[in-house]
Amino acid sequence: MDLILSAIEILMRWDVALALLAGSVGGVLIGAIPGVGPAVAIAILLPATFSMDPIVGLTVLLGIYGSSMYGGAIPAILINTPGTAVNALTTYDGYPMTARGEPRRALSLAYSASFFGGIFSVICLILFAPVLAKVAPLFGAREIFLAALLGLLLVVVAHRGQALIAGALACLGIFLNTIGMEPVKYTQRYTFGVDALGSGINLIVVVLGLFAISQAFALLTEEDEKIRVTKLRGGLFQGLRELARHPRVASVSAGFGVVMGMVPGVGEFTAQFMSYTYAQKTSKRPQDFGNGSSEGLIAAEAANNAVPAAAMVPLLALGIPGEALTAMMLSVFYVHNVVPGPGLFQNQMDFVVALYLALLILNVLVLIFLLAATRSLVQVVRIPNRFLGVAILTLSFVGVYSLRNSASDCLIAAGFGLFGFVLKRLHLPAVPIILGMVLGGIMEVKLRAAMARVKTPFDFIDRPVAFVLFTIIILVLVTHLFRIRKEARALKEAEWQIKTSSTRFGSLLLRRRSSFLKEHGRKVRARHATLLRRLTDLF
Amino acid sequence: MQSERERRFVGPRRGQLLFILSFLMLSAVLLSLIGQQTAWVKKTSFFAQPRFWPAVGVGGMVLFTALHLWRLPFRRIERADLREALRWGAGLEFALWFMGYVMLVPWVGYLPMTMIFVPLLARRMGYRRPRMMAISFGFAVLTVLVFKGLLAVRIPGALLYEYLPDGLRSFAILYL
Repeated sequence: MDLILSAIEILMRWDVALALLAGSVGGVLIGAIPGVGPAVAIAILLPATFSMDPIVGLTVLLGIYGSSMYGGAIPAILINTPGTAVNALTTYDGYPMTARGEPRRALSLAYSASFFGGIFSVICLILFAPVLAKVAPLFGAREIFLAALLGLLLVVVAHRGQALIAGALACLGIFLNTIGMEPVKYTQRYTFGVDALGSGINLIVVVLGLFAISQAFALLTEEDEKIRVTKLRGGLFQGLRELARHPRVASVSAGFGVVMGMVPGVGEFTAQFMSYTYAQKTSKRPQDFGNGSSEGLIAAEAANNAVPAAAMVPLLALGIPGEALTAMMLSVFYVHNVVPGPGLFQNQMDFVVALYLALLILNVLVLIFLLAATRSLVQVVRIPNRFLGVAILTLSFVGVYSLRNSASDCLIAAGFGLFGFVLKRLHLPAVPIILGMVLGGIMEVKLRAAMARVKTPFDFIDRPVAFVLFTIIILVLVTHLFRIRKEARALKEAEWQIKTSSTRFGSLLLRRRSSFLKEHGRKVRARHATLLRRLTDLF
Repeated sequence: MQSERERRFVGPRRGQLLFILSFLMLSAVLLSLIGQQTAWVKKTSFFAQPRFWPAVGVGGMVLFTALHLWRLPFRRIERADLREALRWGAGLEFALWFMGYVMLVPWVGYLPMTMIFVPLLARRMGYRRPRMMAISFGFAVLTVLVFKGLLAVRIPGALLYEYLPDGLRSFAILYL
């Protein structure tokens, strides 16, 4: 109780209140505009938050992170375009509802489910915090190294069908982090004698390039779309009542969100996928899923909104961000010399609880704002794409230039903008680069510290937590290999099935016979015979 | 006809091979430079070597990209790939716009330059109606006021501000 009181004391400031309001309203707006995700907004605002107190800056960013998915549901439901990437699953059941004339029901359900997910996860984590505070100190250098490695591995493996290139991009991130003066032996690494590279490549410059500037390029090179928005009538309260009829789906989905959010590198997509599958399998009407099922909508929205609070756990407890947005938030901590990790949980528990309370208040604020202002908010989806591109490019300048007032930073950001644009066009992920940069830096420091006390390789995993992490890493790798084998087998089977020629023995003999009789077949046999003769002559 | 392997590939076909080949080439060049660009320090353990992590990064880039190339179902650069490359080039134009904006801000000043840049780029994107011009103008002013005036981000005053009268000059350097 004392803890919560002291946390409330931290939050009782006018600037925190303002940050909460700005974060929640801004986040909803940003989420509602398709083409501007929370990553773009956080990347642009990051340098501006450096001059604020850590709690104020983090509240703004957390506000944007937590509320953007509420906003993202609006275009997902009304125009079948997800406002943020994680709202893609919302379109499955949300848009069919709009199509059959129930946009209001879909929106109010989405809001209610999101609200439930958000509140559920925050309450879970506040209750869970004392346990975390006990577990976090068990993490030494080698455990944190292994956890970071696990996070990186999970991010790579999570990109199904693209794991190899995701691995290459994660390695690019690790490489980018090593550029510049190395802080222990003071040697230069890949600076090519250029002064601007001596201080290294700043994470925020890369983030702004890969997320904001690349998005601007993508929008600027596209055509504007004509959008028709359905008119909304009536109140939005009915969703809360409907949600109360599906308590099981809502709480299990939110539970998936909490667990998946805590695992670094997994995040919203897996949580949504699992909760949606669960909801469909246990539903009395599984055939409705994808055609405007209220349970499907609840599962998707409750799961993704439970993630932000949970994603803060690895960041705060171990200093390991699990995905791109928390990776960006890590730099806010670094700027203020607050090092997240086990120490933070032991010494500044009130700060952690204050952050969670801020998220709790935020969810309430967002719900009130949405219930009151959805009808006017819908208009933001009308902003033309290319103008949005102009706006993002202009705002990206503030983000990059205000860091160090350096034109070379801007040049690097523009370069990464182009690179990110190419990645976007090819549907390749940019997140592994960011996580590679952040986790690569953590791994470098922690491995050096850990190896000082390790004599034999087995010493590395002789502590229980390290051993568990190591086992999980091996398990993830083995599972991934099994999956690859299974996919290869399925591919072979499918290839075999669509073969145009018959696979029966009789037809095989028939083909053989015609090959014997045809001129081409004779030539081929003659060629093979010469090759065979050459081979037999060798022995 | 599209093969099963091609059908199961995640993402569009256009440009994949071109990108992977360029990325592999870049990684290979970086790997070949590792001896020159990083140092090997004597009496230091293997994992603490300054060369260790760049080697992990660049080595991983080469290895994984090569494996990806090996598993890639497309083996020939086609016309669609070249068209895609031109599309990437289209992004370059806006990178130049951005760099031009960056270069001119220290001379012209943040507020005036943004007031020129946003409407000009909006015009280039095909928005000609006075309403859009007014919106872009308003957006430019608002951006500067919010970020430099209100949030006080660090963007230094410009050379042009030196010619302003005394009282206005310090105001302009601080807030515009």
